[in-house]
Parts: sequence; C-alpha cells; structure tokens
Amino acid sequence: MEQQEKKGFFRGLVDKIAGAGQPQTNDIEPSPTAGEPPATPSAGAEERPDSGPGFFSRLKNGLKKTKDGLVGRIDALVLGKKEIDADTLEELEEILITSDIGVKTTVELIRSLEQRLGRNELKDGAALRAALKADILARLNAHHSVLDTDTRHPFVLLVIGVNGVGKTTTIGKLASRFTGNGKRVLLAAADTFRAAAAEQLEAWGERSGVDVVRHKEGADPSAVVFDACKAAVARQVDILIVDTAGRLHTKVNLMEEMKKIHRVIGREIPGAPHETLLVLDAATGQNAVSQARLFKEAAGVTGIALTKLDGTAKGGIVVAVSHEFGLPVRYIGVGEAIDDLRDFNPQEFTDALFQA
Amino acid sequence: MFDSLSEKLESVFKKLRGQGVMTEDNIKEALREVRLALLEADVNFKVVKDFVESVRVKAVGTEVVQSLTPGQQVIKIVHDELVAVMGGNEDNGLNLSAKPPVAIMMVGLQGAGKTTTCGKLGRHLKNLKRRPLLVPADVYRPAAIEQLATVGRQLGLEVFNSSADQKPVDICSAAMRFAELNGFDTVILDTAGRHQIDDFLMNELAEIKASVLPLEILFVADAMTGQEAVNVAGGFNERLDITGVVLTKLDGDAKGGAALSVRAVTGKPVKFVGLGEKLDALEVFHADRLVSRILGMGDVLTLVEKAQSVFDEKETARLQQKLKKNQFDLEDFLAQLQQIKKMGSLESLMGMIPGMGKMMKQMQGAQPSENEMKRIEAIIRSMTPGERANHGIINGSRRLRIAKGSGTTVQEVNQLLKRFTEAQKVVKQLQKLGPKGLLKGMGGLGKGMLPFG
Repeated sequence: MEQQEKKGFFRGLVDKIAGAGQPQTNDIEPSPTAGEPPATPSAGAEERPDSGPGFFSRLKNGLKKTKDGLVGRIDALVLGKKEIDADTLEELEEILITSDIGVKTTVELIRSLEQRLGRNELKDGAALRAALKADILARLNAHHSVLDTDTRHPFVLLVIGVNGVGKTTTIGKLASRFTGNGKRVLLAAADTFRAAAAEQLEAWGERSGVDVVRHKEGADPSAVVFDACKAAVARQVDILIVDTAGRLHTKVNLMEEMKKIHRVIGREIPGAPHETLLVLDAATGQNAVSQARLFKEAAGVTGIALTKLDGTAKGGIVVAVSHEFGLPVRYIGVGEAIDDLRDFNPQEFTDALFQA
Repeated sequence: MFDSLSEKLESVFKKLRGQGVMTEDNIKEALREVRLALLEADVNFKVVKDFVESVRVKAVGTEVVQSLTPGQQVIKIVHDELVAVMGGNEDNGLNLSAKPPVAIMMVGLQGAGKTTTCGKLGRHLKNLKRRPLLVPADVYRPAAIEQLATVGRQLGLEVFNSSADQKPVDICSAAMRFAELNGFDTVILDTAGRHQIDDFLMNELAEIKASVLPLEILFVADAMTGQEAVNVAGGFNERLDITGVVLTKLDGDAKGGAALSVRAVTGKPVKFVGLGEKLDALEVFHADRLVSRILGMGDVLTLVEKAQSVFDEKETARLQQKLKKNQFDLEDFLAQLQQIKKMGSLESLMGMIPGMGKMMKQMQGAQPSENEMKRIEAIIRSMTPGERANHGIINGSRRLRIAKGSGTTVQEVNQLLKRFTEAQKVVKQLQKLGPKGLLKGMGGLGKGMLPFG
C-alpha cells in the first residue's frame, strides 16, 4: 500500500518536472522551470552563437537560464500584486536560494530589501528588481579588482581547486592570453597524481608555445614546483603558472600537500605565490562555499576563476563566495577554445543576469 | 548546517509536546526547516516543493507516537519518503545480459569524473569475472585518451587503441568489432564531457548510441552540482534515454542533494557512487545511506559493513578474550588503531556515526587526526614489549627514552598514557554491558538521533 503511494508521488514528480503534463500553475510561485527542460536542448543550441566576437551575447546566453530563473520568477512573483508584502519576500528568499546564490547571502539580500520595504521605497516589481540588482552588483563590486601581473618578476600564479573544475584548461587559456600580451610564461605540472595530467598541460603549452616543467607521474609535486621556480628565475620568465592536482577540500593530507607546495614557492621566490587562484565550476551548488572556506584557510586564496559558464549553469554561487570571503572574481571561462577566457566584469555579469 | 536539522526540528516541536496529533498549523514551521535543509543540500527547488507537500500530506493527522518526539516523527516521515523517492531498495545492478560484447556508455558534463569512473567500473567488472575493454572516445580534451590508457595500465585492463584525429563514432564501432574478435564481453565507452545544450556534441552521442546499441548509458554526475542538476540530467536523459546515474566525488562534504534532483527529473536509478580518487573507490548505491547523509544522520550501515569486512575475526576474538580477562594493554590498543586505519580515514569513520558529526563540531579538533594516529603508533612502537603489556612500569626515564625513540616529546607520551588509561576504563565499563556491550554502547549513542532503523 505504502509503496504504491510513494510510487504515485514519484511519478507525479517526474511528470511535473519533465513537463510531460500541464505545468503546474501557481499564483504566488510560478514555476517557469517546470515546462522548460524539454525545450532547452534544441532552443539553447540554436541560439548559441559562433565563437568569436560575440562574447557578451555568449555570456548572456550562458546566463540566460539564471535570468529566466531569477528575473522571470521575480517578475511573475510581483506581477498582479499591488503591494509587496512580507510573504512575497519570503518567496523571494526561496527563489534566491534556488538560484545557487547561497543561503547566507540570500538572507542578507532579503534583509536589505525588507528595510527598503519598511521605508516604502519599493512600490512595484521594477523597483524590487532594481534594488535586488543593485545589491548583487554592490556585492560583486566590493571586492572586484583586476589581476595585475606586472607588479612582480617573476609573477607566480598558483592554481587550485577540487577535481574536475577546469584548472588545467584555465591555465592553458591563461598561458595563451599572457603570451599574447608579450609575456614570457612558464608552466609547472604539479599535478603528478591524475593519469596524464602533465600530458594535458603539455598539449596546452604547445598550443601557445610555452615550456612546461614536469616530472614523472607520482613524483612529489613540491619537487616539480621547486624546479619550476628555479627555472623561472634562471630563464627570467615574466609569469610562472603552477597547475596542481584536483583535491577535495576535506582531505587533510592533500591539503597539507598543497600547503607544502605553497611553502616551497614562497621559499624559492620570496613573496610568491603572488596570486592563488581558486577555480570554481559554475554548476557547483552550496558546496562552493565550503570549498572556498577550506582552500582559503589552507592556501590563502586571493582570487576566483569561474569556469563552464557556457552551459546552462548559473554561477550564482560566486555572489556568495566573493562576498563572504572578500575574494575578487578574476576570470570567467566561457568555452573550451583557447581564447574562451575573459576578465570578470561585475557590471556585465549582473547585467547579463538581469537583462531581458 | 545540516547536522542540525534534527536539532532544529526538536526545538520547533518543543512547544508541541503534549499535543496528540500533528496538524497543518503545528507542523508548518517544521516543514519550513525541512525545506531549507533540502535546499541547502542542493536539492532542486521544484523537487523540494513537491517533496515537502507530500510530507505534509503524510504528516498531517498522524498521531504522535508515545516513544517518539514529534520532531523525530517528522524526520522519520521525511527519511522514509526520501528513501522511497530515491528508489528504496530496488535493484541497482547493471544490466549486462545480452550477447557479448555489451556496451556501457559513460556520458556527462566536463569534469564530472567520467574517465576515472570508467577505470573504476572496469575494475568492478573484472572482479565480477568479466573481461572489460576500455574505449577512449574523448578526442577533444587534450590527453584524455592518454589518461584512460594510463588508468588501464594501472588496473591491468586492456584499452582500445584510438587517436584524437578519429571520429568518436568510428572509434566506438571499431572497438565493438575489436571486442567481438578478441573475446571481450564488456565494452566501456568513455565519451567527452559536454553541455546538454551543445547540439553538435549531443548528436554525436546519439550517433554513438545508434551505432553500438549500449545496454547501459550511465550519466555521471558530480555530487557537488547545484540547482543545475535538473536541467543537465533532464537534457541528457531526453536525448539519450539514460539507464542509470553514477554520483561522483561523494567523498567530500557535499550533501549530494543533486542525486535527488536527478532521480526526480529522470526517474532513473543511481547505480554507483564514487568515493575517492583511488581506482577502488566505487560503491554500489544505497538509497537509505545517501538519505541519511542528506539529513545529517550518519551512515551506520556503511560503517558496520566496513568494520565487518576489515576486522580480522581471529584478531577480534583474541581481543575479546583479553577484554574479558581485563588485560587490554597497549599492544591491543595499537592493534585496534591499525584495524581502524584499514577502514579508511578516521574523519570519514567518525562522520558515519550518527551524532558524531555534531560531537565532532563541538570537539573542534579534539578528535585524533590522521597525523596524531601516526604519532600514537610511533610512541607505542618505541616501547618495549614489557612496557606495552604493563604501562605501569613506565617511569620518567623510560618516558624520556620513548619520546626520543619516537621523535615526540615526553608530554605527548604522557598524554597518550593518560588517554590509554581512560580507554581502559571505558573498556571496563563496556565489559559490564556484556559481550555485545560495544554495539549496545553505540546504539545508545545514536538513540537520540536515530529513533528508527
């Protein structure tokens, strides 16, 4: 009996979400996502522009989902309501949470909106939207700064993150970008654990004509870094980029290994690493907060690179991470090609989030 | 955050004590906590909404059982319902019964862990006395083919010879012919990571599917995925009609709520979970365990199973004898430590015990870390057999010698001896509870957190 009931519930769920049935309608909390997934693959692909100059539209497309989810939902939420009351804000809170923006940030954003509501500043949906947009932008702007690699020589860039976020790919793109600006770049393949990681980095190095310092698989990553630092000084390169193995932030031993890499760099080149870049996958949910916290504790992260924004992923979590840990977002990855790396621009990011 | 769901519910329900029946009104707040807890675990908001509604329907009108607090009862409903959504105890095995070679196709986003999972799955199948062939069909990412080749070498599995200038469809169909001619019964296809909205690459997968007719198409999902999981899994399922899901990177601290979203949107079972970077870190999926993880209730079953598989029966019997005679000495203490070590990291073990998550937070680093374990081992190993058997004889100069021998300080030796004396006391107390005292003790520990199960 019970089993049957549960199955019934589940099937209902599937239907609703896959949009097989009539999308559920609800005045207070409309669900634009309900009927959408089926349409997504083809529609998204048609609109996907060719690689090249249309970066902004590309980013916008990548962010389309977030916008659909966020603005669409907020509009629908406020539509038909003459006044915005506390209930609306509660629903809004849920919407923000589900946009991967993070629980803590959501509560803060809502509190700010509540205050303005108390002062009667928010009369309609447009005002609510503008206020929310301004708040999110302020959060991203507060810690925003572009990475300046001219300050040190050699400038050492340490790239860290959990497994599979796109560290090596990001480094490949960075190397191409720096060499394009006339810099001499050296790469260090300090991921000695994952199969063929060094080969992957070498393939990227070849594409932009950059040398890679590597050891055998299973070697001590700190030894690779040591050699790379020596080589960077001897060859007088401008920028040394260190690739590390992906590691879950909860693994004590691997985090210790990373601290050691950090120490060795600092010992060989005083003041280095000058930038410790944490790579985050745009599809990651609340766990990104935990990642940022533990990586910052262990390796003193100074900046974020947000990857895989070319999919439907929202990347809303950077709003929370950037604000909570005072970290600037330096770069965004918008594709797999070598030039698919952009400077992060808070205004554009927020605009793309909100643009209709 | 999550470990406190049970606590939150307890506090919400404090005012409810003495009321006999759960009503719409008095569970409203509790359901809000449930909803937030699920959202924080990255379960998709649509899924959460429907789920909470179904819990509400179940809970309203339920009589509050005497032995349970209302909070516990809601958790029980939530737990049971989640397990049901995740497929309960349905069979999660791979369907490989067809004329060999049968193909298994791995698909997913970039960086989900497809290649690593291919290796793990190959090893798993090899243990099941099958002959798997690994096929690298990722011609896009640099060195992806090389990566699978290396994994194959490490596992002693054959890897199909392909190169990055071939078409993935051609590689896969050639691999099937190769498998047929060379007596491989299972072919594991490692495809490139792609976004579900990338029409070109999704078509490629559809072509591969049409050409090799795989019995299993496994969608590899990162346990850390947020709300997007629904769109991604929905997109892949629609194009390819996946047959199952592999949830990777579950060895971190992600709650894995994405699994719930994926299951809800595709209706396909989670078949395996990846629990580490090493190639043996693949486990068959158990719905109730993931649910306990999401609710922060620990994972007693996995712990008990791990303990059973690792604990040497003879050694355990010997220890029990010693325990009975009250002769538990430092030698046994060391043996115990080593058995625990075999089960995996201490942190992960502690995390599996219900309530320990909370306790660990309170202790804030007071629990022995991996490093500390090593130090304890070094200290005991620096003792003479006589000292290990009877720590009472360890005087000042012996302490100094032990500290020097183990590269530690006298304080650390003192600390260990103090701890050991305490452990002995605990052992004595457990002894009074009878032969199964240890388990009972554990049961008592978990009682408040796990009123059922």
